[in-house]
Amino acid sequence: MEPIIHMENVNKWFGALHVLKDINLDVEKGEVVVVIGPSGSGKSTLIRTINRLEEIQKGRIVVDGIELNRDVRNIDAVRKEVGMVFQSFNLFPHMTVLENITLAPRIVRKWPREKAEQIALELLERVDIADQAEKYPAQLSGGQQQRVAIARALAMQPKIMLFDEPTSALDPEMVGEVLDAMKELAKSGMTMLVVTHEMGFAREVADRVIFMDMGEIIEEGEPDQVFSHPRHERTQAFLARILH
Amino acid sequence: MKAVAWLKENLFNGWFNSLLTLVTGWLLFVVTKGVLVWAFEEGRWSVVPENMRLLMTGSYPPEQVWRLWTVVAIILFSGGLQYAVRAQGRPPWWMWAGVLVAFAVSFPVVFPATRFFLLVAMLSLPVGIVVGANVSRRWVDWAALLALVAVFLLLWGNTDRLGGFAFTLMLTVLASVFAFPLGLLLALGRTGKWPVFRTLSILYIELIRGVPLITVLFLSYYMVPLFLPASWEVPTLFSIVVGFSMFAAAYLAEYVRGGIQGVHKGQYEAAWALGLSGSQSARYIILPQAIRSVIPALIGQLIAIFKDTSLVYILGLFDLLFMAITVARNPKYLGTEREVLLFIAFVYFVGAALMSYASRRLERAMGLGSR
Repeated sequence: MEPIIHMENVNKWFGALHVLKDINLDVEKGEVVVVIGPSGSGKSTLIRTINRLEEIQKGRIVVDGIELNRDVRNIDAVRKEVGMVFQSFNLFPHMTVLENITLAPRIVRKWPREKAEQIALELLERVDIADQAEKYPAQLSGGQQQRVAIARALAMQPKIMLFDEPTSALDPEMVGEVLDAMKELAKSGMTMLVVTHEMGFAREVADRVIFMDMGEIIEEGEPDQVFSHPRHERTQAFLARILH
Repeated sequence: MKAVAWLKENLFNGWFNSLLTLVTGWLLFVVTKGVLVWAFEEGRWSVVPENMRLLMTGSYPPEQVWRLWTVVAIILFSGGLQYAVRAQGRPPWWMWAGVLVAFAVSFPVVFPATRFFLLVAMLSLPVGIVVGANVSRRWVDWAALLALVAVFLLLWGNTDRLGGFAFTLMLTVLASVFAFPLGLLLALGRTGKWPVFRTLSILYIELIRGVPLITVLFLSYYMVPLFLPASWEVPTLFSIVVGFSMFAAAYLAEYVRGGIQGVHKGQYEAAWALGLSGSQSARYIILPQAIRSVIPALIGQLIAIFKDTSLVYILGLFDLLFMAITVARNPKYLGTEREVLLFIAFVYFVGAALMSYASRRLERAMGLGSR
């Protein structure tokens, strides 16, 4: 079967800094891929190239059969199919939770208000905060805000979900509720790319773990294999630093 | 005893402080007494009510004044609608009380025929707020457009005889109405990705900001008619509105640009990641947040327009200031400059204070989600 994300010799520079080096990655439909690595290793940049929040200078990326290039129509088409959850939530502070979620379906997918709101409420139910629909983001806790952000991304009914360190900005006691929502999503068959430092989550949910360092994919494999028997010494050193 | 202790501690602790207190107190007494004695014993305040028509409408034909009253009522009514929708406000109790007091005070001063219009106009603000609180936002937006058209139709034909406060008010409202969208476009142009629009916007903004307002006004006074067919006979009010709008737009644009640049980068990314286009992100995500954060500056600019309209005095247009001077130069009222000038200062102050109050309320209401 054709992979839903295909990355081929992807290279990216920030000025003189080579942040992605010859990345080759295929993600199958329904697969959950967790990307780990030290900060500055390029893992966030990697997943941000998939919905073109970052441009690449060399190589090609094909998402769900659509080639990502300079063509704005292709970029728009890919962004409709790819949802994203950010480290800092990035909810729209001037809109209520319900408005945050229904905005894109209404103006991008052109759904009528009733349909958008009905689906939004179902999603809020799914992430367990249906009672907060009329509140503003600033009135919610960090964990609740991040769950709203997940619901907002899901409202566009994407085929792929990208998570860019979704729990890094949260107080420790709120990490669990967000991870639970993500686990539920993974079980439902969503294709997910997750950048995270939550190794427990990676072990439990990931189909594949990718270790990145200095802009390169150093090692990849099933979570058990990467965590218990890392082959590469850089992976071993990284895991040794964070796993105790 | 407490008062004595307070006085001793704050006003008379040491010989120097005591001396300062006495001197300041004496100065205050002399000035206040002088002003009060003048205001109540020498001031010929009758000049104000006797010339109220001139001060308010200039030489506008009296039988046409209903047009102005209707315009004022429409403006206040739609202002109330907007206020209700955007600030989620209810008319405060003192607004109703203010209408009653203002009506009672002005009752003996105005012509009997005017009393009806006055009451209607003053009531239309709180009534607008009440109506606005009970209708949908879409309806309010259409009402604003309708109001604008109605104002144009009502004013058409007699604009060159418009004068006094009516002239000042029209100038302020029309200039604001045109300056705001133009300023928004310029801000978007300057922050946008198209180099042509960016260059043009920067050029326009810097050019206008580098020229004094009075120069812009003279230029528009003389030049706007050149751009239009001679047969149109553009009213002077129109030319001046063009000048004011162009001038204020440059400043509004810079305020809005500041707001746009203050919006966090993550907001753009979230909008793009959801599939919103550039213009959709601007309209739904960036501009609402940008404008909200610069409301004090925006209203400040509107207040500035309101006060700066008095500059048209130099062009010989019959605004409030011009009418005040004219009244004071009438041989019958010779030497009443102080009275009329204080009166128009009061009128300007009340107008500016109302806008300032609306700004604070708007800010508070729109800050709802920003904590």
